Amino acid sequence: MDLSFGPRYEAFRHELREFIAAHLEQAPRVTESRVLNPRDPQLLAWQRLLVEHGYAGRTIPREYGGYGAAPDMLEARIIAEEFATAGVSPGISGQGIMMLIPTLLEFGTEEQRRRFIAPTLRGELVWCQGYSEPNAGSDLASLKTRAVLDGDEWVINGQKIWTSTAHLADWMFCLVRTEPAAPKHKGISFLLLPMTSPGLEVRPLKTMTGDASFNEVFFTDVRIPADSMVAGRGDGWRVANSLLGHERGMLGNPNVTLARFNALVELLKRETVDGRPLLEQAALRERLLRIQGRMLALRANDLRVLSARLNGSNAALAAMIVKLEGTELRHELERLAIDALGELGVLYRGSPHLREDGLWQQHYMYFLGLIIGGGTSQIQKNIIAERGLGMPREPGLK
Amino acid sequence: MDFGLSSDQVLLHDTLVRLLEDVAPLERVRAYAENDDDGGAEIWQALSEIGVPGLLVDERHGGAGLGVLDAALVAQALGAHVTPAPFVASAVLAPLALRLAGSAEQQAAWLPRLVSGATTVGMALAEHTGAREDTGVTARDGRLVGRALFVQDIDADAFVVAARDRTLHLVPADAAGLTRASLVTIDRTRRWGELVFENTPAEPLAQGDAASTLAALVDHGRVMTAADTLGAAQHMLEAAVAYAGQREQFGRVIASFQAVKHLCAEMAAALEPCHALVWYAAHALDAVPGEAHLYACHAKAHLAEVGTQVAKTATEVHGGMGFTDLLGLHYWFKRIGLNRQTFGSPERAREDAARAQGFA
Ligand SMILES: Cc1cc2nc3c(=O)[nH]c(=O)nc-3n(C[C@H](O)[C@H](O)[C@H](O)COP(=O)(O)OP(=O)(O)OC[C@H]3O[C@@H](n4cnc5c(N)ncnc54)[C@H](O)[C@@H]3O)c2cc1C
Repeated sequence: MDLSFGPRYEAFRHELREFIAAHLEQAPRVTESRVLNPRDPQLLAWQRLLVEHGYAGRTIPREYGGYGAAPDMLEARIIAEEFATAGVSPGISGQGIMMLIPTLLEFGTEEQRRRFIAPTLRGELVWCQGYSEPNAGSDLASLKTRAVLDGDEWVINGQKIWTSTAHLADWMFCLVRTEPAAPKHKGISFLLLPMTSPGLEVRPLKTMTGDASFNEVFFTDVRIPADSMVAGRGDGWRVANSLLGHERGMLGNPNVTLARFNALVELLKRETVDGRPLLEQAALRERLLRIQGRMLALRANDLRVLSARLNGSNAALAAMIVKLEGTELRHELERLAIDALGELGVLYRGSPHLREDGLWQQHYMYFLGLIIGGGTSQIQKNIIAERGLGMPREPGLK
Repeated sequence: MDFGLSSDQVLLHDTLVRLLEDVAPLERVRAYAENDDDGGAEIWQALSEIGVPGLLVDERHGGAGLGVLDAALVAQALGAHVTPAPFVASAVLAPLALRLAGSAEQQAAWLPRLVSGATTVGMALAEHTGAREDTGVTARDGRLVGRALFVQDIDADAFVVAARDRTLHLVPADAAGLTRASLVTIDRTRRWGELVFENTPAEPLAQGDAASTLAALVDHGRVMTAADTLGAAQHMLEAAVAYAGQREQFGRVIASFQAVKHLCAEMAAALEPCHALVWYAAHALDAVPGEAHLYACHAKAHLAEVGTQVAKTATEVHGGMGFTDLLGLHYWFKRIGLNRQTFGSPERAREDAARAQGFA
């Protein structure tokens, strides 16, 4: 155990603080709805600035457009803390950056890395994730969208659903069945394709938040070059699983929760009921502090997972619980803001007296979506019980 | 830079686990719990032989000079085995009180006896994390008057007493004008009691700032209690998973029922991050002073909540067997239940955390 934030780290923190202070005008705030729009020009400019200074994509090698720093968990923690404390966006965190880049670093060819990583990191290439299908949700490996090799092209037919940001995306990474004769998990491959491909149709689906943030995607004889595959034929499940690890880490990320926690504290200080700050209400404070306790546990857990990854030791169960615990906690955090606001908390976009663009309501509902997406809470519990605790699989499952 | 246990720390924990399996198996714990005259002396003796009482004491006074995280691992192992041992008060808090507030002579007089395990010291601090029934002790001219409730390790040879003005005092158990009485708590694996002071002579621990020493004692007590709960809850989870893997109903092991699996997964999901929380809180007491108090409050409060959840759920997974005295799972349930209330209830600890951040 060595968490000494020695002089080197203090200097790093100091530098970062100065950087944030100097650029505060340009920085999107975490309470602005623009942070959810991957095409927002201010957010994109901010992302480029962060990449240039090594506060985003810090450990991505330079030849792929990153900053090329060695992984360092204290630096990562300091970055997360300082952005959260300042209440400014730590940059873009879409599927491309959080999921595809790590996957390409692990499984991609040199050509794929050089082509995709840098523009993805700068936010110029927006990605969507085409996994789920109407009949393949929790049971993802039963997916049926097919790709057949025809000369030097894959020809894709089928349908994806719940594809977040497909309507905005430039590219999709997706899972398709290429080996129909192989067992369910062995017949899947991982493909990259442009959203402008002829034969590909995106139909937005409006969600409960009122946004059309996910979509149906239809493939009719969509043709892409044979070298659009990441890893080999039939390796898709292995690639997807590694990527799901990144997704689940992202969805429960306690450092993002920290920024929202700080915003919640500010809200409780600023808003009043009967003329008194909400934070003076013991019942609300008790709920706030319970959330903080869980959050601190998850932040310490995050350090443990990161540290284990860096030194090659095992913290499998600690990593496995992050999605479940993190998304449930986040949902509860957003709910507390709504409860604290009372009637003001149920106002939504367009209303007079609305607070923070309706972001609390939006997040409250959206995080219910993230409890479901990326593997539902029930599926997470199956995984924890079976892989984490070694309990038997449900008998009779196909 | 790293966040995890060193190989020495893993070894310390494993050594302790083996020792406890040997000297304090459940039958031994049960004997202690069922007999008030049983002081568990040979258990403390065995722990003393491997240096447990001197873990935190500096080498100058014969101790091992290790850190709070090492102590937390010991507390965790003791909790996991529901071990009757005066560890928290005698090996963590008393040495800390002497280090922060004892004179050189007091340290020289007391620390070696603590290190050898020959002397144990109980803690009368509870008035400062929630005084009940108008209890409290007043110090005047080297004498104490009043009553202290929920004194940790009431069988000890001496006590550290926090007076109303937060000054600390050392009182031998046989001091004139001192009466002690045991309390019957649900957790019979440790002994708590009550002290009545009638003009009792006491030795002040007068160095440094009294209030900050007392605050440090409470913070350390909270982290050790959290670690004890962590160990106890981890044991209960493991016991539940093991039992579910062998108990059959409807022609299959109950571990294959999803309802049972999800109960276990919920326990694991809540409990697993607690390891890191306790590590961080313990390490912070040595190395991250700016965060130590906040984490101590939260470690105590959060482990109280998770411990309670695990204690209930793990018992349920055992069915009727879990409810029996015979199985003995209740010793863990009760240890967790007692830990929840001592050094301040979770609500109290959270309110302390709120105050520390200017929220209240
Ligand atoms: C906001 C949001 C964004 C999303 N974004 C994407 C995306 O970008 N790309 C993408 O590919 N997908 C995306 N998804 C889809 C998501 O991954 C699926 O919704 C999820 O995996 C669940 O599948 P399903 O909707 O078919 O539900 P089902 O699998 O039908 O589940 C319905 C219910 O049954 C339960 N259940 C199912 N199987 C079991 C079991 N074995 N044990 C216990 N309970 C079970 C589930 O927990 C759930 O409660 C998104 C979903 C949401 C909500």
